[in-house]
Amino acid sequence: MELLVEMRGINKAFAGVTACEGCQFELHTGEVHALVGENGAGKSTLMKILAGVYRKDAGQIFLRGREVEIPSPHAAQMLGITMIHQELNLMPHLTVAQNIFIGREPRHPIPFLLDDAKINQQAQVILDSLHLDLNPRQRVGGLTVARQQMVEIAKALSYNSQVLIMDEPTAALTEAEIEELFHTINRLREKGIGIVYISHRMEEIKQITNRVTVMRDGHYIETLLTPETTIDRVISLMVGRTIYESKPELPETPSEDIVLEVNNLNRGRELRGVSFKLKRGEILGFAGLMGAGRTEVARAIVGADHCDSIELKVNGKSVTIHHPQDAVQRGIGYLSEDRKRYGLVVGMDVANNVSMASLREFVNSLGIIDDGKIRQTAKQQVDALAIKTPSVRQRVRNLSGGNQQKVVIAKWLTADTDILIFDEPTRGIDVGAKSEIYKLLNELARHGKSIIMISSELPEILRMSHRIIVMCEGRITGELTSAEATQEKIMRFATQRTGVVETASAAQ
Amino acid sequence: MQTSTMPQQNNTLTAVAGRLWKSEALQRILAFAALVILIIVFSLSSENFLGPRNIEGILIATAVNGILAVGVTFVIITGGIDLSIGTVMTLSAVITAKVVSEAGAPLPIGILAGILTGALAGLINGVVIARMRVPPFVATLGMLYIAKGLSLVLSELAPIYFDRGSGFTDLATGVILQIPGVIEIPNGVLIMFGAALIGSFILFRTQLGRYTFALGSNEEAARISGVNTARWKMIVYTVAGVFSGLAGVMIAARLNSAQPSLGQGYELDAIAAVVIGGTSLSGGEGSIFGTVIGAFVISVLTNGLRILSVPQEWQSVVTGAIIIVAVFLDMIRRRRS
Repeated sequence: MELLVEMRGINKAFAGVTACEGCQFELHTGEVHALVGENGAGKSTLMKILAGVYRKDAGQIFLRGREVEIPSPHAAQMLGITMIHQELNLMPHLTVAQNIFIGREPRHPIPFLLDDAKINQQAQVILDSLHLDLNPRQRVGGLTVARQQMVEIAKALSYNSQVLIMDEPTAALTEAEIEELFHTINRLREKGIGIVYISHRMEEIKQITNRVTVMRDGHYIETLLTPETTIDRVISLMVGRTIYESKPELPETPSEDIVLEVNNLNRGRELRGVSFKLKRGEILGFAGLMGAGRTEVARAIVGADHCDSIELKVNGKSVTIHHPQDAVQRGIGYLSEDRKRYGLVVGMDVANNVSMASLREFVNSLGIIDDGKIRQTAKQQVDALAIKTPSVRQRVRNLSGGNQQKVVIAKWLTADTDILIFDEPTRGIDVGAKSEIYKLLNELARHGKSIIMISSELPEILRMSHRIIVMCEGRITGELTSAEATQEKIMRFATQRTGVVETASAAQ
Repeated sequence: MQTSTMPQQNNTLTAVAGRLWKSEALQRILAFAALVILIIVFSLSSENFLGPRNIEGILIATAVNGILAVGVTFVIITGGIDLSIGTVMTLSAVITAKVVSEAGAPLPIGILAGILTGALAGLINGVVIARMRVPPFVATLGMLYIAKGLSLVLSELAPIYFDRGSGFTDLATGVILQIPGVIEIPNGVLIMFGAALIGSFILFRTQLGRYTFALGSNEEAARISGVNTARWKMIVYTVAGVFSGLAGVMIAARLNSAQPSLGQGYELDAIAAVVIGGTSLSGGEGSIFGTVIGAFVISVLTNGLRILSVPQEWQSVVTGAIIIVAVFLDMIRRRRS
């Protein structure tokens, strides 16, 4: 292993706000080096400087001992440095091969002409070298996120990249896909490529990396050898204090009132005979692998998607819900996993977002909006949920992920919903803010709200739920109380793939 | 194994139909089917419709709009829009007329000047959009007015005529391809098909074409991949300008004059042709073949309704409805896939 990259004394500020100050980082050949820190710690900024996305204000970057300037992503690529961003940077309308070679198509004897046969052939060679089962002619838009990521990796390799920066590569992958990604990473490591692995997931870092560098508040904190450290130690360095509660904080047992009963929910092969009950004041965890149908269940309940059959009872009364607005009227709120797309109008201020689902309450008989009342209500919610914002006039775009999530919760509380369905409530939220969201969920349950929490993070499910329902391939495969649940039991149910024929005969 | 894991494939027919329904090709087939249906309906309603004179009329009417539409197809595939193509066309016609009729330059020089005028206007659009980051709608709306005003200023508000003996009109209405006694294909249409072929070649076989799709599919991704997106965007708008310039030469040849007050509204016909032809206004997909079909749909519709003595104001209503239906069908297809 030799020293591949060295960054020293890196400073970067955006509009006067410091993002990195005196940061350092080093990467060896054939090493997977984790870069961790809470959101806003400066890790993405530091890596974007290395990848030429941002320009540093001060400091030095050495590549194999030679000082380099990296003014653009293109320059970074020429130096063999590639970053795979969290939002994948692919062109969905183009094919795998076209994506891999975009920007530097192989020369054709006649200038400006393209040689697609050659592009496909070269792409195939790269895909083969990584043992990736992908067709170069396939359109990227039709691939799963995991496969799109493989295309990005193949693309990076086609540049002969020596440094590969991966920003939260497993955020949208299933367990099996993560496994496959790790195989690929190991293959890259064997080739002597240095990999920077930015992630929030400690278990993965423990599993795949050689070293961990911790950043906090724009500063370099420490670099540790992964085998010699513990997750608790890393987390305590990240948050800069001794670790917050790592024991599950289970709220009191809920009452026995059934607030929501779902029976016989079916849609084609996606959802098959889903039935369950939700009690008042309960946090009901929905576990399962990605694609198990959990989000689909939630969307069917609130009427966001059509389904073949569903019987719904709210507070013991049969109801039909055709549209999300019916669900809101029945007091059911759905908090999407994709906050920015479905949960918030990020360009509008906190007050307007909080009142969005219940605007009717803030309109007088002439149809004029009572802004004062909106702001007053928003202020109450900001205080109650401890949302960190300079004022209710602040645009939601400028808040952190955790505070954005709180704004969504405030919106549904304002709309008087008693049943809240959280889909991946802590996705993209840093460790510190996560625990605040957890406390908030417990608080809500204690006040009699009933919560369905869909989560792909098992520790989160185990820590938060009174009861856990596990899904696999559109069916409910198991139900566990918090006392009996373990990661192993959940995983067993989550991978219980009974054949279609078998279940059909069992049902008859 | 990226194919679907459907266990039974006995329903292959529906599977094929399903795939066809989701495919991009369908919109082109739909546009083509619409064209065929229109032709059948009109030829059944009027015996004049399929007469050689009328067909020639339709062909020549398609030429100018077709050329404009081919150019703006590039811009629309990048996810942009160009509202200035109509008045830039007029400005190019005026420049050609000034150079030939007033400065006395030979025709080829005039034609070149017209095309260069279009290219220059397109380049300016490109610079304003790609370098100054003005949204395409606004930038080209501005150019629409600028070109319109300049046309009027340069022509001093009056049409400029070409010398009858110059043979300029042959470029549009002359005939070199014909089946004697049956049909005469106006040269303008041949030029349009030539322009479409070149356009299609650029779009699908060259770097420029690949980047045109890439810009519309995910501009940021293209930029991070090292594509000089600003430069290629400028080139795309310049290409649209070149086609506008060519359209200007063609309309001047057809009318044997430059009519400075003409032009505004042509951009909408061209954009309509592109949309009917299945190019997505949100960018990333489209084809020149579809655009040409779309241009024919519009001129067949206009011509047929006129033959059926439908008043002009109602022709406009029907055209509008067809555009909405075409895009609606496209939206359904996208939602399904």
